[in-house]
Amino acid sequence: MALFESRGGSSAQLLDAELSGLDQLEMALPPRPSRLARVWAATWPKLTAVALALIIWQLVVWSGWKPEYALPGPRKVWDAFFENFDNNMSAAGTTLWRGVRGFLFALVIGTTIGALVARVRVLRAAFGSMITGLQTMPSVAWFPLAILLFRLDEGAIFFVVVLGAAPSIANGLISGIDHIPPILLRSGRVLGARGLTAFRLIILPAALPSFVAGLKQGWAFAWRSLLAGELIVTIAGKYSLGQQLDANRQLADSAGVIAVMIVILVIGIMIDSLLFGTAERTIRRRYGLVDTAT
Amino acid sequence: MTRASTAARREEPATESPRSGAGSLAAISLDAVTKVYGHAGNAVPALDRVSLEVEPGEFVCLLGASGCGKSTLLNLVAGLDRPTTGTVEVRGGRPTLMFQEAALFPWLTVRGNVDLALKLRKISRPHRRETVQALLEMVHLTGFEKKMPHELSGGMRQRVQLARALGQQAEILLMDEPFGSLDAMTRDVLHDELERLWRETGLTVLFVTHNVREAVRLGDRVVLLSSRPGRVVAEFPVEIDRPRRIESHSVADLAAQITGRLRDEVRRHGAV
Ligand SMILES: Nc1ncnc2c1ncn2[C@@H]1O[C@H](COP(=O)(O)OP(=O)(O)OP(=O)(O)O)[C@@H](O)[C@H]1O
Ligand SMILES: [Mg+2]
Repeated sequence: MALFESRGGSSAQLLDAELSGLDQLEMALPPRPSRLARVWAATWPKLTAVALALIIWQLVVWSGWKPEYALPGPRKVWDAFFENFDNNMSAAGTTLWRGVRGFLFALVIGTTIGALVARVRVLRAAFGSMITGLQTMPSVAWFPLAILLFRLDEGAIFFVVVLGAAPSIANGLISGIDHIPPILLRSGRVLGARGLTAFRLIILPAALPSFVAGLKQGWAFAWRSLLAGELIVTIAGKYSLGQQLDANRQLADSAGVIAVMIVILVIGIMIDSLLFGTAERTIRRRYGLVDTAT
Repeated sequence: MTRASTAARREEPATESPRSGAGSLAAISLDAVTKVYGHAGNAVPALDRVSLEVEPGEFVCLLGASGCGKSTLLNLVAGLDRPTTGTVEVRGGRPTLMFQEAALFPWLTVRGNVDLALKLRKISRPHRRETVQALLEMVHLTGFEKKMPHELSGGMRQRVQLARALGQQAEILLMDEPFGSLDAMTRDVLHDELERLWRETGLTVLFVTHNVREAVRLGDRVVLLSSRPGRVVAEFPVEIDRPRRIESHSVADLAAQITGRLRDEVRRHGAV
């Protein structure tokens, strides 16, 4: 690679120094705040919001709007959660596993379909609008058919979770690919990227921000479909969050119902904001899609 | 002018090396190329019967008012688009195009962007690392390997694009206003680097610019396009000895002459 070797000579080096001096000027950046400060800045509003919600809840209970056995306060719910701790944990484990399994399967299907529909014109004409249509269909509406197909069993839940998540994932990828600036595609072609190589090295990374947004939405749909499913399809002898909700309701145990609801909420928030939210932010920052002035 | 128009037309496989001796064989030849964008009602003619030949190892600069079809022409030569009528033949090897607009991949670092060009040519990893480093040194961006494109200035992005294009080691280099947003000092350095590389490798270069002095500084020949639709209106062979300096009198004199002609052209078409 002799062509690209550096030129010697002290005048050249002097010029190098001057030029990189110019470049350093162009790159001047303000210092970043410390890690602790950033974490604190992100958490205190959330903690305040939680505290506020708890206070309002307690106030409503104290107001006597509903009898306490129907609407218990935070303290009672806290006790109920620990009273039934083992069951709740095993239920959360089952539900989470069902969600993850269905989501991963939807990821494979949604990505494959999305890629094909985005890149093959005939498939686009045939299925493009159908996928958007599927996305607007409430997934609970699939349950009667799913139960007929798979009985009251795991299969029915799995089926609906996949159908809930896959269209969002496919759609995220399709719109991501549709919105790639043409200059990047042409740039890839000039560099000699064709076919599958172009897909892997140019198209997929270029569509990534929108794809991750699709994944996030897909997970939200999967989680919703899953809990609807667990309320409808109860499998004997198996703890799950949906089944726990239903069981507590049958025992008229409001505190138990609310405790399970909070578990559902917390898991939802954790995955949505910690996992997908963080991924989304990281990618947007890396791609330079964040306005640094704010 | 005569040299270009009398060049022999022979079919050769595109893989044939351009520097294998056949001196009269054009590396790039456009024959009565017309390009019209859009259809019927709102058709925009961008190029009108443009004929141009570039010989292997020649450095040709293309000048013309904004919107006269220079980028269109480069796109056609790069094979990114097809002419409406006429033929574009590229026999002098693989072309690469350095785009006018920002064309770096935003998900890759500076190093990653340059590295991709080498990776797509199936060069082994250890070898790539060295070459990328040398390329970045050449465009004076050592130390910026890990930056993302959006963290760079416009001129720095252009230089990364230049490094990426050179990394392809194509035989034909098409450059669309590559140094438009550089300060004069950096630009002069890159002129030297580009000229050195061109002499050492026998690259064929088609270089678009708005800067007449830059065209005279670099080119063996300066081609002037008229506006809307673009058409070749004049060619100026540059017979100033190399190495040239952009601020020298001979460069300034020829540049003044070409600017005069360019001004006539722009005035005639009532463009800006
Ligand atoms: N994709 C397109 N669709 C329609 N019209 C186009 C398209 N690309 C270019 N044009 C038109 O073709 C003409 C030539 O455009 P081109 O980009 O080649 O100009 P240029 O000479 O490169 O200009 P500049 O010096 O400003 O870069 C312009 O009138 C432009 O509006
Ligand atoms: Mg242009």
